[in-house]
Amino acid sequence: MSVKSYRAAIREALEHEMQRDPDVVLIGQDLAGGAGGGGEDDAWGGPMAVTKGLVGKFGRERVLDTPVSEAASIGAAVGAAAAGLRPVAELMFCDFIGVCCDQILNQAAKYRYTFGGQDQVPLTIRTTIGAGQQLGSQHSQALYPLFSYFPGLKVVVPATAYDAKGLLATAIRDNDPVIFCEHRLLYRLREDVPDESYTIPFGEARIVEEGGDVTVVALSRMVHVAAEAVRALREDGIDCDLIDPRTTTPLDTDTIFDSVEATGRLVIVDEAGPRCGTASDIAAIVAEEMFNALRAPIRRVTPPYAPVPAAPELERSYVPDASRIIAAVRSVMER
Amino acid sequence: MTVSRTIYAPSREGLRDAYGAMQKIRCFEERLHAEFAAGRVPSSVHLYAGQEASAAGICAHLGAQDYLHNTHRAHGPAIARGADLIAITKEIYLRAGGLCQGKGGSPHLHDARLRLIGANGGVGSGAALACGSALAIRHRQENGVAVALLGDGACNQGVVSESFNLASVWKLPVVFAIENNGYAEATATSYAIAGDNLAARGPAFGMPSTRVDGADYFAVHEAAGVAIERARSGGGPSLVEIMAPRFYGHYEGDAQKYRAPGEVAELRRTRDCLTRLRQRMIDEYQFSTAEIDAMDAEIGVDIDRAFAEAAAAPPSDPALLMRDIYADRSGL
Repeated sequence: MSVKSYRAAIREALEHEMQRDPDVVLIGQDLAGGAGGGGEDDAWGGPMAVTKGLVGKFGRERVLDTPVSEAASIGAAVGAAAAGLRPVAELMFCDFIGVCCDQILNQAAKYRYTFGGQDQVPLTIRTTIGAGQQLGSQHSQALYPLFSYFPGLKVVVPATAYDAKGLLATAIRDNDPVIFCEHRLLYRLREDVPDESYTIPFGEARIVEEGGDVTVVALSRMVHVAAEAVRALREDGIDCDLIDPRTTTPLDTDTIFDSVEATGRLVIVDEAGPRCGTASDIAAIVAEEMFNALRAPIRRVTPPYAPVPAAPELERSYVPDASRIIAAVRSVMER
Repeated sequence: MTVSRTIYAPSREGLRDAYGAMQKIRCFEERLHAEFAAGRVPSSVHLYAGQEASAAGICAHLGAQDYLHNTHRAHGPAIARGADLIAITKEIYLRAGGLCQGKGGSPHLHDARLRLIGANGGVGSGAALACGSALAIRHRQENGVAVALLGDGACNQGVVSESFNLASVWKLPVVFAIENNGYAEATATSYAIAGDNLAARGPAFGMPSTRVDGADYFAVHEAAGVAIERARSGGGPSLVEIMAPRFYGHYEGDAQKYRAPGEVAELRRTRDCLTRLRQRMIDEYQFSTAEIDAMDAEIGVDIDRAFAEAAAAPPSDPALLMRDIYADRSGL
């Protein structure tokens, strides 16, 4: 056990899985960087510096830098997975799915089903999500609900370094395509993480706080923002259950149902948008299954129905903060 | 007289196999055309007839370690690759026992054991998937190649150009075999292909490239052989553009009013790969008419049987709806 960043935890999972299975290969832009240039090899070690050092350990045959060609390289990763490799492809920003939708949503997601179960596609696509760096409308979205729309994909949204490491190992060993969404603002988050390899099962939520008055479900970075709100509310005598589903497909509805059964009140905090998002999805499922347990309307705390702006003042009011969560929790307590 | 200028001159036995595959494809599709017209085919189908030399000329060079990525004009390449004719027909009829259990249908004919990869709806992605097959082959040192069949229409998608580049950058054992049948759906290549020459795109991506007459089995066989051998021996990707006529519409039911009057009849008269091959087998390889007629008769029996079995097959099991969405269902 040692203190590690979210970034280092992810790198460690990649390294362990590459050591464990020679069929694990990495595919993406600038995973090493420096190819063909006159300067340093492994100069970047990934656009987010997550893969730094791996090319030195495993060589360019297993750490494959690509041209700026998301469609071809994600498509190649799908083909390689169907042919028996276990690729980990990197899509630098989830926003770039616009140029490789067919490869993810039609090929990876439906390959097994369309062909009558003849093959499996053990592919992991690592991508980054989230606002907060003033990167504007095309580098800041949290598009994981899009992936969860598609049966055949699994979707992971780790909030902690511990979860990131264990869930990435599970993703790579899983025999289905997994979209692994790393929040860029979490890369520097540090906590105790085991040095050895371990896995965390998909579809098992983490109960971050136990309270009993209100159920708060939060995803990815919003878990930390919600935790801040929950601490503040506790001082005012409102005790919340805080649940981090960790994977949106599969979704651990049982843990959410159990909590809502006890509290009768649900607030969902999501950095994805208010329409057709994960918050809406969970709200619909709970409304349908747990209507009689609810003592107040379900509240969703999400960004507004707007693109992500770049200016810091605008971006701050875009991303949900603790005060909005506190207000939402108070509003359901009034009923 | 035998052909001596080619590096990959087909053997007499090879010609027998190629003719058998091509005749099987032609008869199968003519039968399917009639069945469709009679309202007995439950889905949309895209016929391959006219392009048979392409599938046969490529598959003549492929072994068990090789991948063939199909197009939505899937029946021909599936037959040439050796997929079971009854399972193909059941799949087109969307019945139990189909190649993909009735979940894919005509365009998605797929047989993992034969490394025959079903087509994708968006048409161009096969080029990228083939790069992946090739990467896996190279990673496992299997001495194989991946052939991506592509239509002229698909070549105008960005993913195909990206794949040409990626294959070349990574020096993958891939052959991009473009079947240029003159039309992307209802739009002629003369309108949609800037430069009017897909083969010319190969050198732009650092690949050797050639254009061959798809009505000439020998020409396709030769060009495919050179490209596949190059890939197999570590020489990297190649592009082959096969100019092959389309004898039917984009899909069955297409009235084809966009084609010039008499165009198809003229193509059938002048550019039929099957009659040309048959004639050369007789003229140059000492096949007798009776020998070929006997092959035709045998193929006819196989086709009758496949259609009879497909028509009699039970429908898909409703339980399949929720099966095979995931390989690993833990947590779901």
